[in-house]
Amino acid sequence: MNEMLKPVTIPVGVRSIGEYVPMVDGPEKVTGRAKYTADILDAPALEAAILRSPYAHAEILEIDLAEARKVPGVRAIVTGDDCDMTYGVLPIAYTEYPLARGRTRYKGEPVAAVAADTIHAAKEACAKIKLRVKELPAYFTAKAAKAPGAVQLLEQRPGNIERDVFFDLGEVDKQFAASDAVIEHTFHAAEVCQAQTEMHAALADYDPLRDRMTVWCSTQVPFYVHLMLSRTLKMDKSKIRVIKPFIGGGFGCRTETLQPELICGLLAVKAKGRVRLVVNREETFITHRGRPESDIRMKMGMTKDGRITAVEMEQDQRGGAYSGYGIVTILYAGSMLFAIYDLQHARYIGRRVLTNTPPCGAFRGHGTVNTRFAFESMIDMLAEKLGLDPIEVRRKNYLRAPTFTLNDLMVNSYGLPECVDWVEQASGWKVKRQSLPPRADGRKRGIGFACSHYISGASKPVNWTGEPHATVNLKLDFDGSITLLTGAAEIGQGSSTILVQVAAEVLGLSMDRFRIIASDSAVTPKDNGSYSSRVTFMVGNAAIQAAQNLKAVLVAAAAKKLDAKPEDIEVLGEVYRASSQDKGLTFQEVVVEALRDSGTITVKGNFNTIPESWGGKKYRGAAIGGTMGFSYAAQAVQVAVDEETGEVEVEDVWVAHDCGKALNRLTVEGQIQGSVWMGMGQAMSEEMGYYDGLPVMANLLDYRVPTIADSPPIHTHIVESNDPYGPFGAKEAGEGSLASFIPAVANAIHHATGLRFDDAPFTPDKIFAALEKRARNAKKA
Amino acid sequence: MAKRILSFTLNGKRHDGVVPDNMLLLDYLRERLMMTGTKTGCDGGECGLCTVLVDGTPKLSCLTLACSVEGKTVETIESLERDGRLAAIQEGFHLKLGSQCGYCTPGYIMAAEGLLRRNADPSIDEIRAALGSNICRCTGYVKIIEAVQYASVRLRGLKAAA
Repeated sequence: MNEMLKPVTIPVGVRSIGEYVPMVDGPEKVTGRAKYTADILDAPALEAAILRSPYAHAEILEIDLAEARKVPGVRAIVTGDDCDMTYGVLPIAYTEYPLARGRTRYKGEPVAAVAADTIHAAKEACAKIKLRVKELPAYFTAKAAKAPGAVQLLEQRPGNIERDVFFDLGEVDKQFAASDAVIEHTFHAAEVCQAQTEMHAALADYDPLRDRMTVWCSTQVPFYVHLMLSRTLKMDKSKIRVIKPFIGGGFGCRTETLQPELICGLLAVKAKGRVRLVVNREETFITHRGRPESDIRMKMGMTKDGRITAVEMEQDQRGGAYSGYGIVTILYAGSMLFAIYDLQHARYIGRRVLTNTPPCGAFRGHGTVNTRFAFESMIDMLAEKLGLDPIEVRRKNYLRAPTFTLNDLMVNSYGLPECVDWVEQASGWKVKRQSLPPRADGRKRGIGFACSHYISGASKPVNWTGEPHATVNLKLDFDGSITLLTGAAEIGQGSSTILVQVAAEVLGLSMDRFRIIASDSAVTPKDNGSYSSRVTFMVGNAAIQAAQNLKAVLVAAAAKKLDAKPEDIEVLGEVYRASSQDKGLTFQEVVVEALRDSGTITVKGNFNTIPESWGGKKYRGAAIGGTMGFSYAAQAVQVAVDEETGEVEVEDVWVAHDCGKALNRLTVEGQIQGSVWMGMGQAMSEEMGYYDGLPVMANLLDYRVPTIADSPPIHTHIVESNDPYGPFGAKEAGEGSLASFIPAVANAIHHATGLRFDDAPFTPDKIFAALEKRARNAKKA
Repeated sequence: MAKRILSFTLNGKRHDGVVPDNMLLLDYLRERLMMTGTKTGCDGGECGLCTVLVDGTPKLSCLTLACSVEGKTVETIESLERDGRLAAIQEGFHLKLGSQCGYCTPGYIMAAEGLLRRNADPSIDEIRAALGSNICRCTGYVKIIEAVQYASVRLRGLKAAA
C-alpha cells in the first residue's frame, strides 16, 4: 500500500473541509484585479496576428511575404518554414505543426503570423501575405473522409483513420439471442465547442541576452505547454519558464498545447523581444478542440425483468484534421460503456476519422458523453418495450463495489443507488411519470431520467516519466505563514481553494495561515495539469501527504521543546501540548523551534496511482478509463413542449452526484450545476456548423450557448460514498453530471410527445418536423 | 483619424484625455488607462463581458465609442470597492460563487449593479431579464441569481438600518 493511503485522522482545530468555502481567489475576480493573459500590460510588447488558410485542403506552393515585410512597424513574420517540429498530445500522435507546412488541412489553419508595433500593422501585414496553393479534395464528414480512394490527410494515417478500436468481451451474440428484447438504433450528436469566455491569449518574452523564454498563456496544462514550447522552439526545457495567470475557463479546450502559445513563442524568438497574441472569438472557435460529431449505432439486449444482457456499439467520430486527443477520445467512448452498470458482454467498434475541419479535442466529459446519450436512451427504449419503469431498470443493473469491470476498470465506491433514490423522490418521478398534465398554456409536459459517471483522473498519464502523478510543496518560514506550492492549474474550478482546504484541515489551522502559488514553472513543482478531473483526487492527496509531513516536523519540534515524546504531543489547531494539563506552545513558538537548526522548512507530498487502477490489457488501449475513483450522477429533467413551434422549455432539473466527499460544498454545487447546464447546451441548442468546411457559427450569437433566460433551476444533491482512496474520501465533481442531461431530456421529450429524438441538439426545427410528420401520417391512416 | 479632447467622470473622478474618433470605450479603458477589470469575450456585442455603467445604465463598452461619453459618468468594476470593503453585489458573487473562472464576472457585476440601482428588490424573472445579454460558461446561472438576491437582501437591510 502507498503511504498516502493511510487513514487520515481529522485533527481537532479549525475545520475547512465539508463546509461552504468561498474561493481563495474570489476577491480578485469580483474586483477586476485578477489578471488574465490579455490583461498583462505592464511592459510594452509587440502585437501579433495570425494569417489563416482560406482553403479546406491545399498544397502550399508559395507564401510571398515581400509586401507584408514593407508594412511599417512589422518586426517579425513566421511561417511553416520557421518550425519543422510537430507537436501534439500523445507522443505517437504529434501530427500538427504550429504553422502549416507543405499543406493546409482546414479552413482557418494558421499559415503565417506577424509581430508588429501595433495590432493594426500586424493585421495589415497579414492581409498582404500572398498564398499560392494547389487545392486538394476536402472531406467534411467522417463518411467522406474514410471512403475508398479519398486523398490521405496525413502520411502516417492510411484511409484517414486516426485510430480504430475494437473489443469483443464476453459472449455478445449468444446474449442477444437469449434476450427478451433487443433494440438496435442509430444516434447522431453534432460537434460542440467549449466556448469558454476568455479568448485564447499568449504573451511570450524572449530574452536574447540569456537565451531564455518566459510564456504566459491561457492553458489548463502549463507543463505540456512547456514541453511543446521546448520541442517546437528547439530550446532546452531549462531555458523556458511557463506561468499560468488567471484563466477564463477551459472545459477541455486548453488541455492540450494550442497554436497561440507556440506561434507567440516563435515570434518572440524571431523578434528578439516580447510579443502578445490575443486571438478573437472566431479564431477561438476555429482553434476548437471540442467534442467531435459522432455517429453511433447501438444494439442492446434486455431480459424481461430489466437486466441488460449485452451491448454492441459502433461509433464514428469526425476528428478534424489532426490527432489532438483523438485516440484517447475514441478509446474513452468505448471503455466508458463500463463502470456504471453491471455489464458482462460488450462489443465495440470505434473509428476516429481525420477530416478537413478544425481538430476536435477533450471537451468536458471527454469521450463519454455521446456514448452515454445513446446508452441511456436505449435503456428507456427497452424499458418501454418491456413495460418497465426506466428507474427500476437502472436499479436492476447496479454494480456492487468494490469490483473490477469486464474491461478491468477498478471501482471502489459506488453512490449511484443513493443518487437515483434522491432524484426519484425529489423530482416526484412516480406521480409525474404516471400523469403530468399539460401546462396552462397548452404545452405538453414530460419527465425523463438518466445516469452518468466519470473518472477522477486517468491512472496512466499521457507522458509516462516514472514521476509521481502529483507533487505538492509546503514552505514554512520565520513568519509562521505557510505557502502551498503547486503546479495544479486553477482555471476557475477551484483547485487552489481545495488544496489550501485539505492542507489546512490536516494541520488543523485556519486557511488564513496559507498562501498558494500555483503554476509557475520557476517556482512551483511540476503538475500534469487540470484535465480528466484529476486535480482534487491526485493533487489533493499529495497536499494531504505534504501537510502530514509538515505536521510531523512541527510535532517533533514541539516534543523537543516540551521535552516529551512526539507521540505524546497533542495538536489542537494553533496549540501544541504534551498533556492535557500543559498550556502548551503557540504555533509561532513551535515554528521558532522547528526552524532553529534547519532554517526555512519545505516539505513535499506525492501521490501515485496503484497498479490495480491502470486498466487492463484485454484490447489495445485498455488503459484508457483506468482511474482510482469513478463519480456517479443521476438526473431527472422536466420539459414543456410547444407543439405549435417545436420549442422545448426545460422547466426543472434534479441532479444528484456522488463525489465521494464534498470537500467544499459550495464549489461542488457550482461544478455540478455548471456540468448539467453545459449538457443542456449540447442537448438543446449548441452545434458547430460548417459550410464547405468554413465554420459559420463561430460567434456567440450563432453558436447558441443558453442564456440565463433559457436556463432552468437546477436542484442539486450531493451524495458522499467516501471513496477509500480519495482525499478525505473525495472523487471528482466537475464532469460526471454533464452526460446524463442529454439522454434525460431526450427521454423527457419522449414522455411528453411520444417521439424519440436521437439527433442532438434537439432544436425546434427537428421537433417541429417530427411532429408534422406524425400528424401527416395520422391523417393518411 | 481625427482626435479630440475627451472629458468625462470616470469612477468618481474627472478624467481628461485625447481620443481618436473611432476608438471604443472598451479599448480606451483597457489599452489607454490600463484598467483591465473590464473584459472582452467576443467580436462585438455578443457576450456582455465588457458591461460598464454610463450615467448609471449598463452599456456594452465594446459597442460604445469613447468620444460618446463626453460629459457623462462612467463606472467600471474598479469603482465598486469602497473603504476596503466589497460592494454588496461583489460580496454576493464571491460568497455565493456567482463567479467561478471570474472572466465574465465584472460584466455581470456591473449589469447587476445597474439593475439593483433601479430595482432594489428584483424578482428572479427581473434578474433574468436584466442579465439576459451576458454569457457565463461556468455556473449554469443558478448561483449568479443567488448572488444578486444576496446583494438585494444586503442592500435593503443596509437601507433599513440607515
